[in-house]
Amino acid sequence: MKLATLAFLPALLGACSYQHYQSVFGNAGTDDHQFLTLFAIFMAVCTVMYVAVIAFLIVGILRRRRAGEANVVETGRHHRAHPLMRAGLIGWGAVVSIGLMALAITSFFTDRSMAQSAAHPRLSITVTGNQWWWDAVYNSADASQTLHTANELHIPVGVPTRIILRSNDVIHSFWLPSLAGKQDLIPGRETDISIVPKKTGIYRGQCAEYCGAQHANMAFVVNVDNYPDFINWWRQQLQPAPAPATPLAQAGFDYIAQHQCSMCHNIAGTPVGGQVGPDLTHFASRRTLAAGTLPMSVGNLHDWIADPQSVKPGTKMPKIPMEETDLRAVVAYLETLK
Amino acid sequence: MSSPFRASLIIAGAATLMVCGCKREERHSDSNPLAGSVPAGERQPTIYPGGGTPPPLDPRAARYENNAPALAEGQWLYAQMNCVGCHAHGGGGMGPALMDDKWRYGGRIDQIAMTIAEGRPNGMPAWRGRLTDDQIWKLAAYVRSLSGQPSKDAVSSRADEMSNTTPLTLTPRQGPRNADTAGR
Amino acid sequence: MIERAWGDGNYDREADEERLAKERRTISRDGPKLTGAKLEARLARTWARPPGFLGWLATVDHKEIGRRYIVTALVFLALGGVLALLMRLQLALPESGLISAARFNELFTMHGSTMMFLFAVPVMEGVAVYIIPLMLGTRATGFPRLNSFSYYMYLFGGLLLWVAFALNIGPDIGWFAYVPLSGPEFSPGKRADIWAQMITFTEVSALAAAVVLVCTILKTRAPGMTLARMPLFAWAMLVTSVMIILAMPSIALCSSMLISDRLVGTQFYNSFEHGDALLWQHLFWFFGHPEVYIIFLPATGFVSVITETFCRRPVFAYPVVVLALISTGILAFGLWVHHMFATGLPRVGYSFYTAASMSVAIPTGLQIFCWLATMWDGRPRFQVPMLYVVGFIVTFVIGGLTGVMVAAVPLDLQLHDTYFVVAHFHYVLIGGAVFPLLGILTYWFPKITGRMMSETLGKIGFWMIFLGFQLTFFPMHWSGLLGMPRRVYTYPAGLGLELPNLLSSIGAFVVAMAVLLFVLNGLWSYFRGAPAPPNPWGASTLEWATPSPPPDYNFAHIPVVESRTPLWDTKDKLPVVTGLRVDDKELLLTTVVAAAPDLREPVPEPSLWPFIAACATGILFVASIFSPWAIVFGAIPTAIAMAAWFWPSQVKRHPEPVIG
Repeated sequence: MKLATLAFLPALLGACSYQHYQSVFGNAGTDDHQFLTLFAIFMAVCTVMYVAVIAFLIVGILRRRRAGEANVVETGRHHRAHPLMRAGLIGWGAVVSIGLMALAITSFFTDRSMAQSAAHPRLSITVTGNQWWWDAVYNSADASQTLHTANELHIPVGVPTRIILRSNDVIHSFWLPSLAGKQDLIPGRETDISIVPKKTGIYRGQCAEYCGAQHANMAFVVNVDNYPDFINWWRQQLQPAPAPATPLAQAGFDYIAQHQCSMCHNIAGTPVGGQVGPDLTHFASRRTLAAGTLPMSVGNLHDWIADPQSVKPGTKMPKIPMEETDLRAVVAYLETLK
Repeated sequence: MSSPFRASLIIAGAATLMVCGCKREERHSDSNPLAGSVPAGERQPTIYPGGGTPPPLDPRAARYENNAPALAEGQWLYAQMNCVGCHAHGGGGMGPALMDDKWRYGGRIDQIAMTIAEGRPNGMPAWRGRLTDDQIWKLAAYVRSLSGQPSKDAVSSRADEMSNTTPLTLTPRQGPRNADTAGR
Repeated sequence: MIERAWGDGNYDREADEERLAKERRTISRDGPKLTGAKLEARLARTWARPPGFLGWLATVDHKEIGRRYIVTALVFLALGGVLALLMRLQLALPESGLISAARFNELFTMHGSTMMFLFAVPVMEGVAVYIIPLMLGTRATGFPRLNSFSYYMYLFGGLLLWVAFALNIGPDIGWFAYVPLSGPEFSPGKRADIWAQMITFTEVSALAAAVVLVCTILKTRAPGMTLARMPLFAWAMLVTSVMIILAMPSIALCSSMLISDRLVGTQFYNSFEHGDALLWQHLFWFFGHPEVYIIFLPATGFVSVITETFCRRPVFAYPVVVLALISTGILAFGLWVHHMFATGLPRVGYSFYTAASMSVAIPTGLQIFCWLATMWDGRPRFQVPMLYVVGFIVTFVIGGLTGVMVAAVPLDLQLHDTYFVVAHFHYVLIGGAVFPLLGILTYWFPKITGRMMSETLGKIGFWMIFLGFQLTFFPMHWSGLLGMPRRVYTYPAGLGLELPNLLSSIGAFVVAMAVLLFVLNGLWSYFRGAPAPPNPWGASTLEWATPSPPPDYNFAHIPVVESRTPLWDTKDKLPVVTGLRVDDKELLLTTVVAAAPDLREPVPEPSLWPFIAACATGILFVASIFSPWAIVFGAIPTAIAMAAWFWPSQVKRHPEPVIG
């Protein structure tokens, strides 16, 4: 049974054309830009080397051999190889060594440049990996300005952002290819990644270290906004959840508060305070649900809550036997959490 | 050639060793959870005056008792739902110890599940409606492992946390002692 | 020489001469008086393999053991390939529901584990165990019973893994089983333990085979085959075997620590109790990186062999190739952290590993130059084995260059754990190891079976696998760059991943058909192929001086070698030594460097004890998956079996010095 309601904004993911929002060609961050430059240099040098090898191979196969070069098998006499071949070997060794040294040095300088651009972050986010979703806290010295969300980030363009990475269970990896390389989230350790976005837009990232059954469905969305939009978003997210406006939404909130949902989820500003699962305070402002598994829409939300195990088998969110009326009420309430 | 004969001997031997493993490793798709909750009014009796016998074990038990994924999920739930707050890691505190052989309300898995679902006097909350039946059964299965009851190859030795008990694979088995349980 | 053999200077020459005179009356040796068909009949009787089923289990003939290794490894190749086809079926379309997540995770775990542990290393060892004694001009390997034991351990390890998979309790933790995912909390049940114990089986097997090969290569070469005259394949296997001995203990250790964590709750990988998840990665990759060179170096040996024969000249710059093999083997141990560039270790340290990883390309590049120079200078004939060598060059070099790319930290941080890396390692493993393997199996098929493989089917198969491989794996570079991580059972539509994945899936079926064609060619040729003469390819090394297939005793007379290409330099008149016994099995041991004749060593008789010891050890290992007490109780039958195996026999004769 599907609710025929206003369709929520479909995620960009549903769109047909792909726009490098999850690819190294996105070129939307300084690290990715440096990657592309270095990759181009490596491709050029490696292509030249490869062409040289193949040319040597082809000429070696096709060249016409003179009668005097009879081989050992037929004559029993070993002849010396062409005198230039030894020089060729040494020259080849030198070319390969110099080429590799040049590549290694270029790589080292790029690495240093990436480290330097990470030196002065202005925004700090702590992302904690769980099986199979992302918890995010926007750090602040003032506790009342600390923002807690999940699976979707907004960051301002041009601002160096440092993301501190932790894990609650197994090793995950935070990978936002359009903006930067990846970094692992290792339990018992703290790693970090620096992102300096250059272009506004919506980008998708994915977990890149096998972390169990639903590793394939552990994605996240990063919105790069211009600064005023980011501040608006941030201020909005710091607000507690709006009170339910309609009776149906109120019924949904009551269900959530009195049943299994409140054991795991948190809705700021209400008694619903579970810390196990993703924060739902501004759930409806996200573009995806279930960590990038489905685009956010009423129908998808309905299907997800009705049976999470059929959408993402093995997920920690259980299938809760609900009446259809309760389900509709819960969905209606969650829709109000913008 | 005798190679197929030899190969089939080896396979038969290995299979018998591992065939008992199938139930242990089964991952249930929880799209088909337990049919309904136990209706509110019905309880598992734990006292059988006059020499009565306890009812037969709930058939749902076989899905959970020695099922490794269920035990692992129960371990996770035990930590996340803060059972540790009252029961510690089996040693008890505000709540009774779970790693010994004394079970006030029965030590069989269905009796433990009933205890969790219904709550008990003096502080055990009722989790029916707060956790799904499937989650409650998984917790019950894990609670049994604190006293070493499930088969040792289904339990996990420890969690990735600070060490707090004997590894569960080495915990000696202490079956429920109370006369009013099934003595399993 | 006599003084050196006996050492203490109190040698009683007269007593020895008397003993020898007595022996001459009672013992038969080959020599000018016993030669030709009569000699061959005597040797066949002496070296005959024991009959019957028990005799088949008890054999220590290196040719039989080598054949078993190769056949078993090819079966595992087929099984692993079927898994790959299933994965590609699932990934052909986005968001496909063909195979569930749990099942897919098992598939890629089994595919990787089977290919790496049950196919790639054992098949190289199997080919080596078969051909090295023949190539070195001797009749047996050193430690032949250890050789038999190593095969049985390999077989039991493979059966453990696959029977578990067939019973639906196979591992699903990835072939490298990172903790904490493979640890006690996140991998419930025994799946991960079965994986870890399979490792123990295969590592014991590989270590045993490596010891056998090192001993054989260093001590049993034909007289005159100095290290500088040894075939390049023997050099490759020597370096590989030393690498195995140094690398395998690392993974045996870390997998045992994993079993210990899971079985008895130790804290090796628990960061909350001062263990470390990265400890696993370091120990695993300290093995894992040399492992890929353990797979690659024998393949370079294959390429050297084929190039020499089919270009009809010795490989150019033999000393350079040897030094390249040795330096690759050494450098391979200093690279492992390049698998951990995303784990947050200090960046300065990473730069060292970038430099080291790139530098290992230099010896490989020099080897490639040498092969190309051999082709340039020789007269190449493009029969099937040589086609595979050309396919190797074209494919492996691409893989090597993408390897140079991922060796750079900034590039690796984007490319790590994506399909770009999947493309890279399949290019180097299939291009760099499987193509030479298929070429060498075609090349040595006449020697092993006595028949020629079909040239036509071989050429069709080559082109199918070469083109199918490119179709399968080249698009993976693209899907990796477009954002597809590894080990995902599906991917969303709309990211541009549909086309590369579909192409890869189509290509996978082409490759599968090519492998099937190769196997059918082998089977058909085995029964109906043209009978093969001793040296159908006109090659230069000693294995071609025997009939095809070789008799149990390999050589009627042990040859003497005076150059790197003995058969080319002596035409039909290969010099030999005489004087080895024909009424008992005897091996001629020579000195390590100069291969001067040194001792005549009795060869162990066929024995069931290696099989029994492998069964006892196997039971010990499998039972210890379930209980730590198995280590105590299982040690008893293992000790008994080993004691029976090593029990000194009533030796009627001792190793004798070579006189004259």
